[in-house]
Amino acid sequence: MRPMIRATPFNVLWLQAGGCGGCTMSVLERGASGAFEELRAFGIELLWHPSVAEATGPEALSILEKILRGAIRLDALLIEGSVLCGPDGTGLFNTLSGTGRSLKDWIASFAPLADYCVAVGSCAAFGGVPAAAPDPTDARGLQYRARELGGALGPDYRSRAGLPVINISGCAPHPGWIMETLQALSLGLFGAKDMDSFGRPRLFADHLAHHGCSRNEFYEFKASAEHPHERGCLMENLGCKATQAVGDCNQRAWNGGGSCTQSGSTCIACTSPGFESAMGFMHTPKVAGIPVGLPLDMPKAWFVALAALSKSATPKRVRENARSDRIERAPEPGGEKSK
Amino acid sequence: MTRVVIGPFNRVEGDLEVALEVVRGVVREARVSAPLYRGFEQILLGRPSEDALAIAPRICGICSVSQSLAVAAMLRASQGVTPAPNGLLSTNIAHAAENIADHLTHFYLFFMPDFARAVYSARPWFNAIEARFKATSGTCGREALPARAGLLEIMGLIAGKWPHSLAFRPGGVTRALDLGGKVRLLAILARFRAFLEAVLFDAPIDALIALQSADDLDAFVEGEGCAGDFAAFVRIARDLQLDMMGFGPGQMMSGGAYRGPTGHHFPAGVLDLRTDDLRSFDLAQVREDASHAFMRDSDADPAKAQTFPDVHREGAYSFAKAPRLSGEAVEVGALARQAVAGHPLIRDLLRRAGATNVFARIVARLLETALLTQAAESWARELDLRDRFCAQESPAQDGAFVGCIEAARGTLAHWATIRDDRFTGYQIVAPTTWNFSPRDAADRPGPLECALQGLEVGDDGAASVAVQHIVRSFDPCMVCTAH
Repeated sequence: MRPMIRATPFNVLWLQAGGCGGCTMSVLERGASGAFEELRAFGIELLWHPSVAEATGPEALSILEKILRGAIRLDALLIEGSVLCGPDGTGLFNTLSGTGRSLKDWIASFAPLADYCVAVGSCAAFGGVPAAAPDPTDARGLQYRARELGGALGPDYRSRAGLPVINISGCAPHPGWIMETLQALSLGLFGAKDMDSFGRPRLFADHLAHHGCSRNEFYEFKASAEHPHERGCLMENLGCKATQAVGDCNQRAWNGGGSCTQSGSTCIACTSPGFESAMGFMHTPKVAGIPVGLPLDMPKAWFVALAALSKSATPKRVRENARSDRIERAPEPGGEKSK
Repeated sequence: MTRVVIGPFNRVEGDLEVALEVVRGVVREARVSAPLYRGFEQILLGRPSEDALAIAPRICGICSVSQSLAVAAMLRASQGVTPAPNGLLSTNIAHAAENIADHLTHFYLFFMPDFARAVYSARPWFNAIEARFKATSGTCGREALPARAGLLEIMGLIAGKWPHSLAFRPGGVTRALDLGGKVRLLAILARFRAFLEAVLFDAPIDALIALQSADDLDAFVEGEGCAGDFAAFVRIARDLQLDMMGFGPGQMMSGGAYRGPTGHHFPAGVLDLRTDDLRSFDLAQVREDASHAFMRDSDADPAKAQTFPDVHREGAYSFAKAPRLSGEAVEVGALARQAVAGHPLIRDLLRRAGATNVFARIVARLLETALLTQAAESWARELDLRDRFCAQESPAQDGAFVGCIEAARGTLAHWATIRDDRFTGYQIVAPTTWNFSPRDAADRPGPLECALQGLEVGDDGAASVAVQHIVRSFDPCMVCTAH
């Protein structure tokens, strides 16, 4: 790829806090010539990254120190993993090795220096799985603690460019969500208008995970799977939250062509703050037989009425396929086949 | 005596700190520390058993499928379910894809860039290696990363996405592939094999798999595989004597890898290199010692233990506990798996060095990359599309259950106690918990600590590049280590 013309590189520091490293593994999938070429094409320079940088030990600390004293400009600070504030506010559940100092403190030092501060993944955005009950480590996002502005950097934090933390949520996020946000930042194209109310880039958050789901027809007719390997809609019985979770998950190819719902992985709303607090991820909570979590902005009575109507109109083909692990009855344009 | 602390020790998965006591230029004692604790074992308590399928994979972004499979194996035991054969095949193919991706990531991104460091600039091979393997800028990334991403398209087909999927079940997998899916799997594997044969090995993978001895290997890297990245590594290893570096404790094990309808593809076993004795693998002999961990004491039997962190514990230096098999530290990983499986090349490399070492660990990983590519092709061909991919599952029964599998880095076991479908106990011992274990109550070091002991670092201290090679040769996954 031909590099974009930039006077100076767009400097990125990527640190890993209380996470699993999966966001890094995800972004490494990006690019026909690999993720590093993809960054290079936009003039994005990784000052340091724990998984891939050459610098180690004292060399790495020297880079960090130069950023702190302003000798190296910090265009974007990327944090992966939740900020572990425990025990008792010390942050000692997660220290940066070789320094004895908590990631919580390191992040607090870097955040005011960065033009942009980016939370990569739901852990850094909202706390994520480490914050699940009983929240053993007091795990928080950079700006949020689940849905509240109770993150490690405080509610009023703004990066030098005047933005709150940019929350590329997802567990793990699609590699494109990370790369495109970073590239847009490097081009100076990303601003407050490009974020939703939780700081998530609208380039994925303007959609619902449900949009484009391959189980769409089953959803329309409320032809539901009862077991995870069945082809029917996963919403009524198997906990699927795709109608309530943001993400263009079913409009992009994951790993060449998949998506959670396509493979039978119910949507656990991993882009949503507090998704980890669910109990029974693969079961739909119901009251009087009606799922509690209904599509985000649809009047409940309408949903129930339409569901009853569409259930009564479900074609045999759809009803049978919904309860099977494969297509038992193929569509036959021009009339349903009688078996 | 000087004490040096090396950190942040990067190009490993997760956070790692290594402290060395150096006496007259020689490492007298090493202490390895996992400085991150998130509390997954605590988070799993009280949850419905099936929720472990959503929570546990998120321990690790690099071996997520392995964590899923340990949960699925544990739930299988609790439900008394026999998985569908296609489910096992699909699972094995996805697991192989993750395992291979991990081996590739380790070789190209974590391990080889150390030879492109300025410290080696006087070596005759340096210029070529720097151009090829320099961290983030070497030419290898333009081929290896797309090859890795291409291979992981297997996850798109079988698991929806990677990392972190809910596709793996006690009964098999959630998605039944159709003819198009099966053929796409074979096409992905064919494309990946072409990368291995053109770039990594410069030879048919069957030729690599057929190597019987160190002499065969030397002939291979001077002959038909001479232009591959693997040959470049072997030549460096000979120059730097990587086979004489980083000796493990002598005891190695495999819990058995890639279970198919008729048993494990790579067998379970415990191999003692000191006596050449191969015995059966028995999980009941595993005990965990918390004497040097930031943990309160609990039952040493993982089936009965609970996890209570204590950052103020006297004498502690890691969030990892020290697992021991019949009282001994054990090395796990691809080298242990292939040694237990008896691959002649691996056994010969170990016989010659007398111990596990840096060189053998890397060779075993790349050999396994070839073996798994070949195996995945045959698993994909074996998929019988008329059959189910997931057996009917049942509610979890009360009791204590274990799920044990081999992750890329070695033996991974989940011990769970279930009452009324809720976890009342959950303990995880991961591969790097074994390899990078701290000392136990008898002050016996873990495998890495053992491997660093006696290393001559001269005046380099923390800057010793040999320390980097030894540590990274284990391909540690620190996020799994203490979870």
